[in-house]
Amino acid sequence: MKTHSAKRHSARRKPFKRMAARAIGAAAATALAVGSVGAAPLQRLGAGEGRVDIVAWPGYIERGQTDAKFDWVTDFEKKTGCKVNVKTAGTSDEMVALMNEGGFDLVTASGDASLRLIAGKRVQEVNVGLVPSYGKIDPRLQKAAWHHVDGKHYGVPYQWGYNVLAYNTKVFTTPPNSWEVVFKEMNLPDGKSNKGRVQAFDGPIYIADAALYLKATQPALGITDPYSLDEKQYKAALDLLRQQRKIVARYWHDAFVQIDDFTNEGLAASSSWGFQVNVLKSKGQPIASVVPKEGATGWADTTMMHVDSKHPNCAYMWLEHSINPKLQGDLSAWFGSVPVVLSACKGNALLGDKGCENNGLNEFERIAFWRTPVANCGGGRTCVPYYKWVSDYIAVLGGR
Amino acid sequence: MSAAAWQAGRGDPIARLARYLHAHPRVTLALLLTPPLLWLGVIYLGSLLALLAQSFFYIDEFSGQVVRQLSLRTYAELLTEPNLLVVARTVAMAAAVTFACALIAFPIAYYMVRYASVRLKALMYLGVMVPLWSSYIVRVYSWKLILAKEGVITWLAEHLGALWLLEAILAVPVLGGPSLSFSMFGTFIVFVYIWVPFMILPIVAALERVPRSLMEASADLGAAPLATFRRVILPLAFPGVVAGSIFTFSLTLGDYIIPKVIGTSHPYIGTVVYAQQGVAGNVPLAAAFTVVPMIVMAVYLTIARRLGAFNAL
Repeated sequence: MKTHSAKRHSARRKPFKRMAARAIGAAAATALAVGSVGAAPLQRLGAGEGRVDIVAWPGYIERGQTDAKFDWVTDFEKKTGCKVNVKTAGTSDEMVALMNEGGFDLVTASGDASLRLIAGKRVQEVNVGLVPSYGKIDPRLQKAAWHHVDGKHYGVPYQWGYNVLAYNTKVFTTPPNSWEVVFKEMNLPDGKSNKGRVQAFDGPIYIADAALYLKATQPALGITDPYSLDEKQYKAALDLLRQQRKIVARYWHDAFVQIDDFTNEGLAASSSWGFQVNVLKSKGQPIASVVPKEGATGWADTTMMHVDSKHPNCAYMWLEHSINPKLQGDLSAWFGSVPVVLSACKGNALLGDKGCENNGLNEFERIAFWRTPVANCGGGRTCVPYYKWVSDYIAVLGGR
Repeated sequence: MSAAAWQAGRGDPIARLARYLHAHPRVTLALLLTPPLLWLGVIYLGSLLALLAQSFFYIDEFSGQVVRQLSLRTYAELLTEPNLLVVARTVAMAAAVTFACALIAFPIAYYMVRYASVRLKALMYLGVMVPLWSSYIVRVYSWKLILAKEGVITWLAEHLGALWLLEAILAVPVLGGPSLSFSMFGTFIVFVYIWVPFMILPIVAALERVPRSLMEASADLGAAPLATFRRVILPLAFPGVVAGSIFTFSLTLGDYIIPKVIGTSHPYIGTVVYAQQGVAGNVPLAAAFTVVPMIVMAVYLTIARRLGAFNAL
């Protein structure tokens, strides 16, 4: 359910390996329900232990093996003597499972995994005093709710991005300004109905996209956060999605399949990622993207530290290294995401001066970042938990 | 063997072991059988039982954590309407795919066994097998391109003036859609393509065991070719069809990739299991869902047995 080219790519190449890893992970996750008690964070940085083990999204930690230009590991290893070992994971669930298993120092967790890791006591508090550049992080992210809990830091922000409304410029001569075009049956500017020509994401987290649309269009529902929905709000979102089922011929879940759908199936509009839009544009397809007036959902990733980290000094060194502007800018260019350090946006040859803006830097305020919906959503409210989202989204897709 | 060699061999531990095993055949048997039985009993059946056990746990409504207490709650959830619809859809698809596979496979197998020259037969075997050696994923994705709105089939229909036919097919409610790759027809076509070799091979094996003399006897007794086919060949080859149908039926029941790539995104058992165990962490419901194909297959095999499909085994 996570978003990127490289991630999806590898997910596609090794579905069985991934499945196996996940099956083992799930078993481990259930076996390890009891977490150990978090110790106090490190107070003084000592000498490196010679290695650091990181669980990361594919493409997130590059050492120049895919493309020699994209390498932010080699110089770190030279400088600190900490050898970096990366274990890639294809989904948030897999990351949680790997962290439950243990044996790692760090993880690049998305918002739908980070709170689970904190609640499960799988990650430890991070002493940001040992990360000298922490103050240079985008102030909007320094104390974000998905890693800053009860006044404690549980990680260092790494990158973020968001979901766009992609559309065919031949159908829409002016950009659509509302998600309405994928939610309601209507005639598009080319005079034909949108039925069968729009898509939605094939994952339960998409219920939040419906809620976000309702937040703007039906204020009476009182939706403030699309990831914290009470029964009534949730029902309204499902109703909207059931209407949508009638105009969506197929839901997308694989970035490459969607690229193909835009190319060969005459798609007019769909929720999408910057990645597909960039690839389609590079192939000369008439596709562009927009963040509609209702805003968009997105993801923000945080590097978090395992509660039983065996190489804490090297881990802290990596945390500091992970937010240096050069790495942040290169990663942003590689990944199509946005740096968490704003100075990374200037003077990066790979990213270009417009790179951050193109990847969505200025849309931050309008993005509802992914979180795992939980029953206890604060303020004395009870919300619909994530596992219900899964069952109900399956029912919606099945036409019920 | 000389007495000296015999004497020398006595002290050699390997020779002693060999003599011991020779004297105790039961121990030998136990040693040989233990590893495969362990595999079958512990890894294979054991994991199946672990899965079954999971299905009797349930997910706590509030925390979303698995509660490890025996309960039938998960099965109650399984029996709700949307889930039953998923089961019905999957079983219907599996039945349709199996039927179509049998229809396509039988003539091919018959030709291979009765008419093809040795060389052609080898070539046909190769033709059936080669797709099995290439990546399943690649073949599914290439079908997506073939079935696409702007793909080969539409192009062909346009040039043959048969676009009306394609449109009529796509206009069928429920089964149709905006294009073949966005319709249940598409899912069906790709399922049939992917599984048909699993039907052809057992039918070939079964037909090869039908003695030519029986067919000649049937003809000598005045049976028309069709009667021979109906009353001699088909009954004798039927176990092969059933064997093939077990493959095509169970493989369709469990597949989760084809419905994800081709079709209307309507959920099937495989895709639901995939979502429940992976995305949702609802392992109990995923486990309960996997019990469904087991039951369906058990019923299926019972019916097949009643039909006498295993009498020839």
